[in-house]
Amino acid sequence: MAKEIYSTYPMVKYLRKEALPTALCPGCGGGTVLNAFANAVDQLKLDPKDLVVVSGIGCSAWIASPYFLADTLHTTHGRAIAFATGVKVGLPDKKVVVISGDGDLASIGGNHLIHAARRNIDITVILVNNFIYGMTGGQVAPTTPFGAKTTTSPYRNIEHPLNVSETVAAAGASYVARWTTAHVYQLIESIKKALQVKGFSLVEVVSQCPVQFGRRNKMKEPAEMLRWFLKNSVPISKAKKMSPEELEGKFVIGEFVNRQRPEFTEELNKLIDEVQEQFGLKEV
Amino acid sequence: MIIRGDEPEQLRLIRKLYKPGNYFLQGNEAVAYGALFAGCRFYAGYPITPSSEIAETMARELPKLGGYYLQMEDEIASIAAMVGASWTGLKVMTATAGPGFSLMQENLGYAVMTETPLVLVDVQRSGPSTGQATKGAQGDFFQARWGTHGDHPIVAVSPISGQDAFWETIRAFNIAERLRTPVVVLFDGVLAHTRELIKIPDVDEVEITYRKLPQNEEEAKLPFGDPHGDGVPPMPLFGHGYFTHVTGSTHKENGLRDVYTPEVHDRLVRRIHKKIEGNREVYEKYEEHFTDDAEILVVSWGVTARPALGAVLKAREEGIKAGLFVPKTVHPFPGERMRELGKRVRAILVPEMNLGQMILEVQRFVNDDVLLKGVNKIGGVPLTVEEILREIRGVA
Repeated sequence: MAKEIYSTYPMVKYLRKEALPTALCPGCGGGTVLNAFANAVDQLKLDPKDLVVVSGIGCSAWIASPYFLADTLHTTHGRAIAFATGVKVGLPDKKVVVISGDGDLASIGGNHLIHAARRNIDITVILVNNFIYGMTGGQVAPTTPFGAKTTTSPYRNIEHPLNVSETVAAAGASYVARWTTAHVYQLIESIKKALQVKGFSLVEVVSQCPVQFGRRNKMKEPAEMLRWFLKNSVPISKAKKMSPEELEGKFVIGEFVNRQRPEFTEELNKLIDEVQEQFGLKEV
Repeated sequence: MIIRGDEPEQLRLIRKLYKPGNYFLQGNEAVAYGALFAGCRFYAGYPITPSSEIAETMARELPKLGGYYLQMEDEIASIAAMVGASWTGLKVMTATAGPGFSLMQENLGYAVMTETPLVLVDVQRSGPSTGQATKGAQGDFFQARWGTHGDHPIVAVSPISGQDAFWETIRAFNIAERLRTPVVVLFDGVLAHTRELIKIPDVDEVEITYRKLPQNEEEAKLPFGDPHGDGVPPMPLFGHGYFTHVTGSTHKENGLRDVYTPEVHDRLVRRIHKKIEGNREVYEKYEEHFTDDAEILVVSWGVTARPALGAVLKAREEGIKAGLFVPKTVHPFPGERMRELGKRVRAILVPEMNLGQMILEVQRFVNDDVLLKGVNKIGGVPLTVEEILREIRGVA
């Protein structure tokens, strides 16, 4: 049965078959993200040999590592972007992609996230935001909505969530977009753009975790969560005309920034050229 | 597929930039030049006293050699970036001091588990915590050994002078590459800031080792296998189409995670231990002075080994049969040699700039009938020849 599914799924060529089936729960948004990423790679006709995928710790870190068939580096909790920075400097001609969760990248890894954006290093980050620490059992995250229930906010969450996309856009990234797993085609287009932008790019994917988040917040079924996303999504153009009160609890979707700024590895190699020139070290 | 740093072009640049001869350098600068000669072309770090001149020297010199200097947002990011860069085939280094070393411990464990070559220089300063930030100490002996969690081997070398720091840094790179493992350089704030005469050799006098690379597809498919029986797997670098999977979780020989099979964990962790324990000749190194007929043995390491030698020489002038044993690789400890020497002497003194750390390793290898005594000084000021000599006289 499983074999038949794999053999008819056209994107299977991008997957590390010996690692399947995935460890993700039924109804998880992770599969949608992996599918969108594989489709983006396919549509851009990228050779997986030109990709290095890095991830941290947690459910979302598993999406592409080990399942995506490329060089993959599965790192310590929160540090994926820092590891990816070293990879990108060593292999500036490859596409370096980080796929991990909100707990990993925006909480423990928040410092690396904003500094990579500031540096504008050419790394594509796909941040899967499911508002929760899934793998550790559904604890409160820095992205958990105000008032939501989790295993460590059993009465209600009294902290305000971090707006990851706005933060990264403010920190200086070249490209930032946010979609939900209910906006698959837009998501694929954004991942394609992010992969092509020269500079730091972030695609935030609001994703469902029916098991750890939905179950405790009256959305036990995956479809209920997707309906919640659709009902509360507001395009960024419309959101600009809305008051903060009106935007409370909404998901602003679309492109936050798309701009050109000097990119880190290019600047680094340019600097090396200048210095070697200055000290007369160039081979004549 | 190459490890960058060994190309004729690189050697030409080194030769052109650093003429052999005598220089008046700080210990920290000697570490940096050692790294450059060893082929280091990637440095990621976060400034911290008393290590900062290593970063400054690397920031100035690396671009000349086509290498990369990255100032990261913290120490955790620094060692993380090093691991990433090492998997692309760069020889990598960072330098830090006590508190920064503490922050690096988790990813040091990651480097052990993923068998990633890197060199981590810890310029020891006094602690705990911020302590005396600008002063030297030898308090990180066991942080190097046991700082990260789990069962893990570690190799740590410790230079005794600025000149020694140049060569020991090169040796640290060679060990890291040969055994595909992180290597710690336990330096200290005193030597780091001492300026002295340092001889820079011709690049031809420097022996350089490079990590083993897979010779065929089959070896490349087993990034954590043991095809040569020495415990050291060839390292398939990123970017060459091998689709290598690297994880800090327990993994099989092909790199894929398996945290449920006890045998897989047992096999992996025992091999990582074996490749260090079973290859002692790669890293074991110590110095001996007057140990042949010594009745009193001084065992010392790092910065303290120099006043210790001074004290032993003076004791000899006074007719006291003193000798000196200096482990240059402090982890794994040269226990067998220590045991042999311990059988021949009456008393052992262990001077250190701490309240007694290496003495515990010495104790493991000597019998109870030997008088074992620490000579300990803290406060950021190194032990003097007189202070150690006084203790030698005391047991003579």
